[in-house]
Amino acid sequence: MNRRQLIASVAAVTTISLAAPTWAQDEPLKVGFIYVGPVGDGGWTYQHDQGRLAVEEEFGDRVETTFIESVPEGADAERAITQLALAGNKLIFTTSFGFMDPTINVAAKFPDVKFEHATGYKRAENVATYDARFYEGRAVIGTIAGRMTKSNKIGYIGSFPIPEVIQGINSAFIHARKVNPDVEMRVVWAYSWFDPAKEADAAAALLAEGVDVIMQHTDSTAPLAKAQEAGAIGFGQASDMAAFAPTPRVSSIIDNWAPYYIKRVGQVLDGTWTSEATWAGIGDGEVVIGEITEAVPAEVKAEAEALRDRIGAGEYHPFTGPLNKADGSAWLADGQVAKDEELSGMNFYVEGITAEIPQ
Amino acid sequence: MIRLVPRTETPALLQVAIPLLAVLATMLAGGILFGVMGYDPVAAIKTIFWDPLFGPAASYSRPQLLVKAAPLILIASGLAVGFRAGIWNIGAEGQYIVGAITGAAVALAAYPAQGMWIFPAMVVAGAAGGWAWGMVPALLRNWFGASEILVSLMLVYVAQRIAAWMAFGPMKNPEGFGFPGSRNLQQYPPASNPELVAGTGAHWGVVAAAAAVLATWFLMSRHIRGFHLRAAGLAPRAARFAGVRPETLVAFCLGLSGALAGMAGLFEVAGPAGQITDKVGVGYGFTAIIVAFLGRLHPVGILLAGLLLALTYIGGELAQLTMNLPAATVQVFQGMLLFFLLGFDLLTRYRIARRITA
Amino acid sequence: MIDPVALFVLLLSASTPILFAALGELVVERAGVLNLGVEGMMITGALAGFAAAYHTGNPFVGFAAAALGGALIAMPFAALTQFLLSNQVASGLALTLFGLGLAALFGKPMEGVKAPAMAAGPLGLNWIVWLGLLMVPAIWWFLNRSRTGLVLRGVGENHDAAHALGYDVRRVRIAAIAFGGAMAGIGGAFISIATVLQWTEGMTAGAGWIALAIVVFSNWTAPGVLAGAWLFGGVTVLQLRLQAAGVRVPVQLLSMAPYLATIIVLVAISARQKFSRRAGTAAPGSLGQDFHALR
Repeated sequence: MNRRQLIASVAAVTTISLAAPTWAQDEPLKVGFIYVGPVGDGGWTYQHDQGRLAVEEEFGDRVETTFIESVPEGADAERAITQLALAGNKLIFTTSFGFMDPTINVAAKFPDVKFEHATGYKRAENVATYDARFYEGRAVIGTIAGRMTKSNKIGYIGSFPIPEVIQGINSAFIHARKVNPDVEMRVVWAYSWFDPAKEADAAAALLAEGVDVIMQHTDSTAPLAKAQEAGAIGFGQASDMAAFAPTPRVSSIIDNWAPYYIKRVGQVLDGTWTSEATWAGIGDGEVVIGEITEAVPAEVKAEAEALRDRIGAGEYHPFTGPLNKADGSAWLADGQVAKDEELSGMNFYVEGITAEIPQ
Repeated sequence: MIRLVPRTETPALLQVAIPLLAVLATMLAGGILFGVMGYDPVAAIKTIFWDPLFGPAASYSRPQLLVKAAPLILIASGLAVGFRAGIWNIGAEGQYIVGAITGAAVALAAYPAQGMWIFPAMVVAGAAGGWAWGMVPALLRNWFGASEILVSLMLVYVAQRIAAWMAFGPMKNPEGFGFPGSRNLQQYPPASNPELVAGTGAHWGVVAAAAAVLATWFLMSRHIRGFHLRAAGLAPRAARFAGVRPETLVAFCLGLSGALAGMAGLFEVAGPAGQITDKVGVGYGFTAIIVAFLGRLHPVGILLAGLLLALTYIGGELAQLTMNLPAATVQVFQGMLLFFLLGFDLLTRYRIARRITA
Repeated sequence: MIDPVALFVLLLSASTPILFAALGELVVERAGVLNLGVEGMMITGALAGFAAAYHTGNPFVGFAAAALGGALIAMPFAALTQFLLSNQVASGLALTLFGLGLAALFGKPMEGVKAPAMAAGPLGLNWIVWLGLLMVPAIWWFLNRSRTGLVLRGVGENHDAAHALGYDVRRVRIAAIAFGGAMAGIGGAFISIATVLQWTEGMTAGAGWIALAIVVFSNWTAPGVLAGAWLFGGVTVLQLRLQAAGVRVPVQLLSMAPYLATIIVLVAISARQKFSRRAGTAAPGSLGQDFHALR
C-alpha cells in the first residue's frame, strides 16, 4: 500500500465513522487557546499558535481548535476563558502567567472542562500547569557566548525581574564562566516583554559598555539588529529569528510547545488526562536550540551540542554545585543539584554576577 | 453649495435615528471589510451585534455587558459634566489608576483583618485618590492658568509608572514567588467586590454606574449647579456676569470626574481584575472619553453608548471564537464604528441648507 | 566610566522616532488642532515604510511611503474634525484604535521577513537621524519666519480672526494634519526600517504618546521639541546605560521624571503668562476647539 492509498483508506474510515450514528466521543474534541498577544508577535504567542497548529496537524478531524488573541491580563481574561468554555471547548490552554487566577476561577465553574495554565503555580482537579525549562537552553547558549566573546563581557536584556528570567541569567552566566573564567555579565532590565525601540536602546547601552555578545529575554529582533550594526552577535529568543542568521543570530532558544500540546490533547482523547505540573526542557523537545550557524567555530558548536545532549539525556543539570550566591553565601554543595521549588522562586544571582536584582 | 446651519433644537426622532443610522452605516462598511477579508459579512455582523444579546451563550454574555460597560459609564458620566461646561479632563485613565491603587492600598494594609468596614473604606479611598489626582490639574489651572487638558494627560503617564512601581515594589504579593502584582483581592473576602446576585453580573461598580447616570442627570437638569455648568459651557462671559465662579466649576468638575474614575478603578481592581499589576490601566479612561461624546454628553446617551461599546468588545471576542476573525479585524471595525458615530453626530447639531447666493 | 560622547550618539538615534512625531504634532497643534492619534499614525508609517522598503529594497523609498501612509491615515481624522466638526480628542483616540488595527491587519504578509540594512550616513549616524535634526531649524524657520507659517499660527491662535481676515482655516488645518501624519509616519518607520529591521504588530509600543508629552514640554517651539525629545529619550538611554554599567537605578521613578518636568514647565510658562500678562507662547489659543464658519 502506498502513501496515497493509505491516506484514502484512512479517509474512508473517517467517513464511515462520521456516517455511523454519532456518539459523543465521535465528535471532534474542541480545544481552545487564550493568547496574551497577537498571533503575529513573532515570539511568545506566535510559538503557542505554532503548537496549536501542530495539534491540528496531528489529530486532523478528531480535534477542532479555536483561539482568542490579544486578551489583556486582568478583567477581560476571565470573560474570554469563560466564552471558550461555553463554546464547548473541553480543553483550554491559557498561555500567560497573568491568566492564572482567572483560569482557576473559571475552572471552578466548569468542572468537566480541563484547563492548562502556562507558567503559573496554582492547580486544581481540572487545572494543570506547564512550563518550559528555558534555563537549560540558556546553559547551551551561555556556553557559546562564553567562547565567542572577545571582550569578555556578555550582555543580557531582561524583561522583568521574575524567577524565570533570573534562572536564565544565572544559567547563562554559570556556563559562560565555565568555558571562560574571565567573563563578566552585564544585565539591563527593559521592563517589557516587547518594546522594540526600548530593546534596541538597551542593546545599544550594552554595546557601549563593551559587550560583544547579547542575550535577550525579550521578544523583538531589535537587539539582533543593533548587534548586527556593531558587529556583535546574539541569539534568537522564543522563535528562531532565522532572518538574522548566520550572523548576528548565531543560534537561538526556541519555545516549542507542540510536543506538550499534542501529548495533552492525546490524553484527553483517550481519557488519561490528569491534573499535574509539567516542567519540561530540552529532553522533551520543549526547549529547542536553533541551528548553530557557521559563524561559530566547529569545536565550539560541538561543545555546545554536547552540553545540549547531556542536558537532554538527563545526565547533567545546569544548576549543579558547587555554587554560591552572589552575596557569597553557600547555595549548592559539590555535586548537589538545585531543587525545582528553589528554582521556581529564584530571586538571587549566583556568585560572580556583580549587579543587584531590582526589588 | 451646501452649508451647515446650527440647530437650535434637535427633534427627538433625530436623536434616536441618527445614531442608529451611523450603526447601520458601520455594518455596511464593516460588512464590506469582512467580505474583502474572506469572511461571511452577514454572519460576522450578526455575531458581533446579535449573539452577545440573543445568541446561544447570551445568558452569560448579557450580564458581562454590564460588567464591561460599568466602568465606561461611571467614568463617562463624570467626564460629561465637565465637558458640558467646557472643562476638559482627558486624564481619567490616570485617575482610574490612582483610585485603584489607593483603594487597594487600604485592603492590602488591612490584610488579613476581617471587618465590614474594609470594603466601604476602600471605596472612599478609591474615590479620594481619583479626586486628588483630578484636583491637581484643577488647582494648576486655577492658580497658574495651566491647561487642564494637558496636565491631566501628563498625569496619566505618571500614574501608569506609579502602578508599575507599586506592582514591582511596595505592593508586590509577598506570597507570589517573586512575580509582580499584588495579592488578589478576590481571594480576600472583606475587600472583594463580587457579583451581588448570581448570574446578573452586577457588582458594586454596576450599581455605582447606574447611580452616577441618575445623579448626573439630576445634577444637569434639576440642580442650580447644573445650570451654571451648562451656562459656563455655552456662554462663559455671560455666566461670569451671572455670578458663576469659573474656579469653583473647574474644581468641581475635575474633582467629580476624578472621584468617579477613581471609584471605577477601585471597583475593577477589587472585582473583575482582582489585583494591582503594572497593566492595571487597560484604557477605560480613554475609551470613556469616546463614550461621553458618543452619548452626546447626556447621561442616557452615555448609558447606551457604554453598552454599545461593550457589545462590540464582547461580540468581537465571539467573532474571534466562532469565525476565527483576527483581533485586528475587530479593532478596525471598532475604529470604523467610532468614526461613523462621531461623524454622523454632525446631523444632530447642524442641519444642512442650500447656500443662498446673494 | 560612561563616555558622554558615546552616550550622546546613542541618544541621537534613540530620540529620532519621537522627534519626528513630536515635530509633526507641533505643527498640527500650532494650527490649533489636538490630534491624539499619533500612535495610530506612527504604526501605519512603520508598516507602510517597512513594506515599501522590503519590496523595493530601498529604505529611502520606504520612508517616503511611510510619510504618505501616515498622511493618508490622518485623513479620516481631518474629515471628522474639519468637516463634520467632531470632537478632536475623541476623534484622535478613534484614529489610534483604527490605525493600530489596520496596520495589524495589513501587516500579516510582512511578518518574519527582514528589511534591507541601511548604509550609515555622515559620522556613522543614520541619514534619517540627520534629517530629523535638520527638520528642527526648518520647522522653526517655517513657523517663525515664513508667511505660510504666520498664517498657520494665526489660525491656531484665533481661528475666528484668521477667518475674518480671509484665510481658509480648514485648508490650513487639513494641510497641517497631513504634515503631522507624514512626520509621525517617518518616525514610526525609523523603528521598523532602521532600528528593528522587521515588522511586528504594535511595534511602536506607545512612542506616539510620548511625542504628545514632548510637544507640551516644548512650549510649542521647534527647539523646545528637540530639547524634549532629548530629555525623554535621554532619561531612557541614561537609565539603560547606567544599568549596563552595573549601577542600580530606580527605573520607574526615573521614567516618571520627564513627565513631571513637563508639567512643571507647562505650569511655569502658564504662570508667567498669567501674572505678567505678556503675550507669551504657551498653548495655541484655539487648541482643541471646533471651528465652524458661520459666514
